[in-house]
Amino acid sequence: MKLIFHIWRQKNANSAGRMERYESAQMNPDMSMLEALDVLNEDLMNRGQEPVAFEHDCREGICGSCGFMINGVPHGPVRATTTCQLTLRHFKDGDELYLEPWRAQAFPVLKDLVVDRNAFDRIIASGGYVSVHTGAAPDGNAIPIRKECADLAMDAAACIGCGACVAACPNAAAVLFTGAKISHLGLLPQGEVERHERAINMVVQMNEESFGNCTNIGECEAACPKEIPLEVIARMNRDYLGAALAKRK
Amino acid sequence: MPDSKLLDARIPGGPIEQKWDKARFDMKLVNPANKRKYSVIVVGSGLAGGSAAATLGELGYNVKCFCFQDSPRRAHSIAAQGGINAAKNYQGDGDSVYRLFYDTVKGGDFRAREANVYRLAQVSVNIIDQCVAQGVPFAREYGGLLSNRSFGGAQVSRTFYARGQTGQQLLLGAYQALERQIHEGSVTMYPRSEMLDLIVIDGRARGIVTRDLVSGKIDAHIADAVVLGTGGYGNVYYLSTNAKGSNCTAIWRAHKRGALFANPCFTQIHPTCIPVSGDYQSKLTLMSESLRNDGRIWVPVKKGDTRSPDQIPEAERDYYLERKYPSFGNLVPRDVASRNAKSVCDEGRGVGPGALGVYLDFSDAIKRLGEDTIRERYGNLFDMYERITDENPYKVPMRIYPAIHYTMGGLWVDYHLQSTIPGLFVIGEANFSDHGANRLGASALMQGLSDGYFVLPYTIGNYLAQTKADKTTLDHAVVRGAVDQVQSQEKQLLAIKGKRTVDSFHRELGKIMWDHCGMSRTAAGLRQARGQVNELREEFWTNVNVPGSDAELNQALEKAGRVADFFELGSLMIKDALEREESCGGHFREEYQTPEGEAQRDDERFSYAAAWEYKGVNAEPELHKEPLEFEYVHPSQRSYK
Repeated sequence: MKLIFHIWRQKNANSAGRMERYESAQMNPDMSMLEALDVLNEDLMNRGQEPVAFEHDCREGICGSCGFMINGVPHGPVRATTTCQLTLRHFKDGDELYLEPWRAQAFPVLKDLVVDRNAFDRIIASGGYVSVHTGAAPDGNAIPIRKECADLAMDAAACIGCGACVAACPNAAAVLFTGAKISHLGLLPQGEVERHERAINMVVQMNEESFGNCTNIGECEAACPKEIPLEVIARMNRDYLGAALAKRK
Repeated sequence: MPDSKLLDARIPGGPIEQKWDKARFDMKLVNPANKRKYSVIVVGSGLAGGSAAATLGELGYNVKCFCFQDSPRRAHSIAAQGGINAAKNYQGDGDSVYRLFYDTVKGGDFRAREANVYRLAQVSVNIIDQCVAQGVPFAREYGGLLSNRSFGGAQVSRTFYARGQTGQQLLLGAYQALERQIHEGSVTMYPRSEMLDLIVIDGRARGIVTRDLVSGKIDAHIADAVVLGTGGYGNVYYLSTNAKGSNCTAIWRAHKRGALFANPCFTQIHPTCIPVSGDYQSKLTLMSESLRNDGRIWVPVKKGDTRSPDQIPEAERDYYLERKYPSFGNLVPRDVASRNAKSVCDEGRGVGPGALGVYLDFSDAIKRLGEDTIRERYGNLFDMYERITDENPYKVPMRIYPAIHYTMGGLWVDYHLQSTIPGLFVIGEANFSDHGANRLGASALMQGLSDGYFVLPYTIGNYLAQTKADKTTLDHAVVRGAVDQVQSQEKQLLAIKGKRTVDSFHRELGKIMWDHCGMSRTAAGLRQARGQVNELREEFWTNVNVPGSDAELNQALEKAGRVADFFELGSLMIKDALEREESCGGHFREEYQTPEGEAQRDDERFSYAAAWEYKGVNAEPELHKEPLEFEYVHPSQRSYK
């Protein structure tokens, strides 16, 4: 099969970008989208042109490095699938694919399809942890945890930090990401002690980055490759409100 | 460099169960108020590097942590699926620290250092406690206690897990602890920064040279000690289960500065991976080893049989593992399963595209247990298989093939995890210390966190307490020299402007390594491969095409530097494999096998860790030996018949 790519090319953070059109060589439907870009890049380099920069690492859907807009949809058309696991068999011979970087003020483009997502790290740094020092822990079985709580916490903890939720949101809000970490830790007894401070600090940090506000559209949940549910946002709002009312800070 | 002085492993005296306590008591301490005067560089942010950086920050040291990814959370530890071992004996099934120690030494085919392995087993219980306290959502029983599963190479249930994402959850625990220290200012994080050289001043590791992968700027960083937690080098084979960015550059450049490299030829090949489907293939995907509990492995009896599997009658199928190993059947250890898959494919009986695959067939299990039970046990694995191959494993047998997964070799370290360069510590997969010639499942996560949380923070304190913090500046001639060298290598790569892409060289190198230094090795094949690798390396330096400049985000340039190092490492791996005239664990030399075709160790001649000293690109490396002594677990022949 052959595909026609329209890819966002941008030299660096300070230059203007533009869409460029590329006709692919023969592609195999079993290839992943990233392997298709590998082949395209080999081709470009052999013709003396600059390859397309894109982010990737594990290529098995867990590291969260990869991801770009494919025809306007983060990670492309297949539900619960990262770009690295999206195979070409979901497209037809001759399809035109528009590949663009995540579009969000908080995620500045660094080059081509590569964006800077360090805002996510700063949100975690503001409170996305349990403050325990190495070596001070009680026995692992000292606190029994209901299986349902552990399972719900795991559902939220499955977030890979790829940024698709922000890219999907018309407001470029980061509430699904932030809510997922607040939910993961807030659902467990270990996270209970700092639950209020965590909610306030993380929400404040999220607002200091250039993310937009949530208006309950739900695009984030639909785009999330790990199917993080919208209820994590409700938990975040509840913890934030509870903390504000308790005037802990 | 006399052997005895170089390879003093500094193993404490006394009974094995008291060695670590004794070592800790004998260590010098740094006064809490003085810790902030010492600076430590940690390279890598995975389970080993991330946990070490966080813990050193908590202790009060001045830490700089570097990773090449855009965030420390992306380190490849994140992809580990199965679980983490710990000798908790929560199941009351007879586990103990001693049993975990015993299983690990035996699983490593008696090529690991006993004292290190014992400490690993001791510390394993603290890891679980620490991770639970961090909020790692381990699987739970209905009563609220931690759940365990069984894993290969053990007869007890000691593996803790978080669905099929244990590595992810443990890494996020370490990452969150690290972010807390970043927030508190004790750790400065440098993401998108690649270490390109080690700075050694007056015989001590004093810093690193890095490249900012966005701006291309080359910087030097000075510290009182350097820690490498930069992972393994499986990508020398191009196709592996490693992440695309995983590389050997940090450890290799430290090796070139004087750190000995131990057992480079010890690589682990995982038997259950999705086979290669075409030339474009960029990496291999692992399918959990647990599938072998219910799946039956077979190939057609006839060579070149291209009938679809449902057209091949029972009598024309060869369930070769069940045939050759009646007592273990499909559950033989990883190295045995892998080697047998390769040999049936070599005979021309492989299945699927390129005939490089064997069937893993669930139809008997589905008949016996029903499709629902199989879905419950393996549903998400079957889904992943279908997503990649577009075949429904409930209807058609899966096709699997072995793939490079882990490297047991790495920089040589002593009991304190210090390399042969004072002040350079190496942790996690990057060192060689704990797994011998074969790693057991669910032990990689254990080692990474053991080193990072519970071993290095003590041993590095002992080093720093005996080291005067002196104020080397960036103007030091050695620092300037290292920076110049890195810059000139980049200029050189860019100036070649040849005809072949970096990836085309990397693929060809990987093919040579896989064919001759992979699952089975021969003296003739290894000699031939060494010549081929060296020739290809020469072609690389005259004919590689690296577009762009060094002053920008340039992924081709990043890869070129890494592949240049893979060439040199590949050559050393072959040398090591050639030198080790025995078969052990993942290292199978065809000349050394039992009449039944099993690995045959030669304890008389090869019961040592082979530590290689770099002598120059075109010079032969020099072998140093650390003899291995087994006082507690006595070497025996493994049999799975």
